[in-house]
Amino acid sequence: MATADIHITEETHHDDHEHHDDHGNFWTTYVFSTDHKMIAKQFLITGIFWALLGGILSVIFRLQLGFPEMQLEWLRPILGEWITPEGKIDAEFYLALVTMHGTIMVFFVLTAGLSGTFSNFLIPLQIGARDMASGFMNMLSYWFFFASSVVMFISLFIETGPASGGWVIYPPLSALPQAVNGSGLGMTLWLSSMALFIISTLLGGINYITTVINMRTKGMSFSKLPLTIWAFFLTAIIGLLSFPVLFAAALLLIFDRSFGTSFYLSDIYINGEALPNQGGSPILFQHLFWFLGHPEVYIVLLPALGITSEVIATNARKPIFGYKAMVGSMLFIAILSFIVWAHHMFVTGMNPFLGSIFMLLTLIIAVPSAVKVFNYLTTLWRGNIRFTPGMLFSIGLVSFFISGGLTGIFLGNSAIDIQLHDTYFVVAHFHLVMGSASFFGLMAGVYHWFPKMFGRMMDAKLGYIHFWFTFVGVYMVFFPMHYIGIAGYPRRYYSFTNFDTFNTFSDLNMFVSIAAIITLAAQFIFLFNFFYSIYRGRKASANPWRSTTLEWTTPVNPGHGNWPGEIPTVYRWPYDYSKPGADEDFIPQTVPFSETPGSNLPHENELIKLETDNDEQVIVVDEK
Amino acid sequence: MFQFIIVLGILLLLIILYTLFRISRLVSVVKGSDKKIATTSNKVNAGLFLVFLFGGFGLFFWYSWAYFDDYNLPVASDHGVWTDTLFWVTMAVTGVVFVITNVLLFWFSYAYQHREKSTAKFYPDNTKLELLWTIVPAVVLSVLVFTGLKAWNDITSEASADAEVVEIMGYQFAWGVRYPGVKDNTLGEYDYKLIDAVNQFGMDLQDKNSYDDFMPIEMHIPKGKEVLLKIRARDVLHSVFLPHFRVKMDAVPGMPTHFKFTATKTTQEMRDELGDPEFDYFVTCTEICGKGHFSMKMKLVVDEPAEFEKWKSEQPTWLKLNPDYLSKVPERNRELAKIKSGMVEGDENNLKASL
Repeated sequence: MATADIHITEETHHDDHEHHDDHGNFWTTYVFSTDHKMIAKQFLITGIFWALLGGILSVIFRLQLGFPEMQLEWLRPILGEWITPEGKIDAEFYLALVTMHGTIMVFFVLTAGLSGTFSNFLIPLQIGARDMASGFMNMLSYWFFFASSVVMFISLFIETGPASGGWVIYPPLSALPQAVNGSGLGMTLWLSSMALFIISTLLGGINYITTVINMRTKGMSFSKLPLTIWAFFLTAIIGLLSFPVLFAAALLLIFDRSFGTSFYLSDIYINGEALPNQGGSPILFQHLFWFLGHPEVYIVLLPALGITSEVIATNARKPIFGYKAMVGSMLFIAILSFIVWAHHMFVTGMNPFLGSIFMLLTLIIAVPSAVKVFNYLTTLWRGNIRFTPGMLFSIGLVSFFISGGLTGIFLGNSAIDIQLHDTYFVVAHFHLVMGSASFFGLMAGVYHWFPKMFGRMMDAKLGYIHFWFTFVGVYMVFFPMHYIGIAGYPRRYYSFTNFDTFNTFSDLNMFVSIAAIITLAAQFIFLFNFFYSIYRGRKASANPWRSTTLEWTTPVNPGHGNWPGEIPTVYRWPYDYSKPGADEDFIPQTVPFSETPGSNLPHENELIKLETDNDEQVIVVDEK
Repeated sequence: MFQFIIVLGILLLLIILYTLFRISRLVSVVKGSDKKIATTSNKVNAGLFLVFLFGGFGLFFWYSWAYFDDYNLPVASDHGVWTDTLFWVTMAVTGVVFVITNVLLFWFSYAYQHREKSTAKFYPDNTKLELLWTIVPAVVLSVLVFTGLKAWNDITSEASADAEVVEIMGYQFAWGVRYPGVKDNTLGEYDYKLIDAVNQFGMDLQDKNSYDDFMPIEMHIPKGKEVLLKIRARDVLHSVFLPHFRVKMDAVPGMPTHFKFTATKTTQEMRDELGDPEFDYFVTCTEICGKGHFSMKMKLVVDEPAEFEKWKSEQPTWLKLNPDYLSKVPERNRELAKIKSGMVEGDENNLKASL
């Protein structure tokens, strides 16, 4: 309770708590801030910038795929020499677009933008802490991410182009500048950027874990943590264990590229020259990469699932069904995520026996995922649902999670994967289950916690329009890709026109491209709504969604330190919605059982005695 | 001028949209609807979920049915029939789950939309129910895993000793194939350091087995006989993909891989089946390998076994096409090389006897 004691003296003038904000100047408040809420906003805005850029890149390559005959001369002012003299996108630049789209979306938007934003914003607010364990490290985490972003952004503008070996950067392609232009300076910048990014993630992750373990307010046991916090906590642990492996993989690749080592290179003859490297293995890189790469999927997805759990419970006005099972399945997913990586490598020439082991483990991971889906469905059952934009996006997420998750059962089966591997079926699968689902989690989070972030509401109607265009749009983009994939179309193809077999879907590809353009256009509705509402949105009330969790007990615009007075004590779990016998349809976590005799369950009545015991202790502490 | 008008038009549209937005906000403030918990929008959104449910499934079933022939790739290999069956079994199982869960999701959203009078049911857990939907998926998945496992083990088992061996090598940006030759039916050794502009495969001419190897420009395989693809790459990763045969395996520099399969339909049979006299099988690449990744296509012909043997015997050996390389053959083996490569008529066995 040390932190609480320090602030007790301030209780007398807690009315002018906003005074806290004025302590710093512009630089310490908005730029080099150590306030977790400001850092969260920095992550969010940077993430939005990257999401927009990543989206635009994807539309450019969708133009090529949907309209292979189209004249793109009008893009020359932006893309310059990347438009060929015939007015087409350069085939190598196409690969660069695909690579950068993947890198940006996976790492900068869905890792930093999602986890960075909401772990930072919600952990202290929902566990009842004044700030992160180390505000300074937290600040460093953002600025390392910023530096990483700058390096990656610069790589888009260099003459040889950004990295273009796919976001998985498999060597030897990524190791040899003579194999593809993007493996020159572009790849060097990519690797430097990712090294900085990993540092940022680790700094953030250590902070999240420490904060959750050590700084929970009185009464906030692990079994009373909101599912968001469980998700962020497990995500941080996964990240802390897996990102260093990517760092190692990248480091060895840097050695191979610059210092003549042969970790990944062997028996290569390229451009009329036999390279001296022997004894390395490209498969080694794939193992190392996917040892991060697969947990990364859950690093991206778990926070989104956590956010959804919270938003669905709040807006269905029901406790999340099976809280323990939800925590258990997340825990199980987190553990399993480390031992399924080689299902990305069934047909890489890896020992087939290893393939069968990984197939078994991979399909096991479908069980906790299924449990989560059924629990979401049961939470909605007999609810009293309010369709806030956050709720819409959460329901959308569950739909994507189902649709994309089910196709994972095909791909996790090594025998079926032979045909589907690296086809559009895979593209459809992961864009739904990981890309779109996590993106919807991000959006749900933004709409839901916007009032806490900026003290104002986003416009709900624009939110509805944004949701429906995006939801339908995403399905229209990715659902048809299943058919294209079943037909055997390989991914990362610049053009299909020289294949008769692969030329039957030009109309469907055109449809997908148009849907992609509309979906991107709909995001501008969000952008307008977001930035407009920061300044002109309707003023929010303290608890606009009538939610139970701690962040809504802070002032509308919490200052640095979050609560003006003492940090509230927690007495109950975060999902007491529509409890029979209660006065209202929600009971905040801060309300002791002694105040709600009408709604207490038998075992809760027994807890009342403990509550008073605790209070006495607090008084003792205060009197010191 | 035209561009100016477009820009002006877009600007005007944005202004109109902004005005509409302002008006709707003012109206909602006047009506006080922003103070309410749930407005008409709640009903609209609930209804839209139902519309989406029906519309979405309508499109899904219609397209899946009407365009089946477009996306269902014909299969022409033994194991392909098996994996396709697994695919469709999995499709049936997941399809049912897909429909049920999405129906429940959108139906619940619609049916349990906010109503002034109703309260939500406080229903935090039910252990029996949760156990049920943990165990049922686990059982179903186990069945899928074990059927898949059986297929996988069979597909990846050792090729039979008399399988037709074909070496396929990926390089930027094409495929090369090498056959072991009709005289010794064994592929010669290779070393990547021996590769040059002509000796694309880096064949080691010290090895007697390489004299009758040949590299045709298109790939032929026999119908009904097991084919063992020996796969390698020369520069970066590639991946051999034979879509109609459900064959895919990465080509890795420095680590030869392989894949065995048996073709079940000749090119002609497939042409008849599809009613397309132009149809050809092909090999393509499914691992990103650089600028020309999308253009790594090679024609593949499936012959009747007799035709295939005939085709093989007609192919000139590489050494015969490149007689300059005889100088790299060790002196004592030159006569043998000439005979095996078909440069001179002669009988190998006689030669061996005379030596």
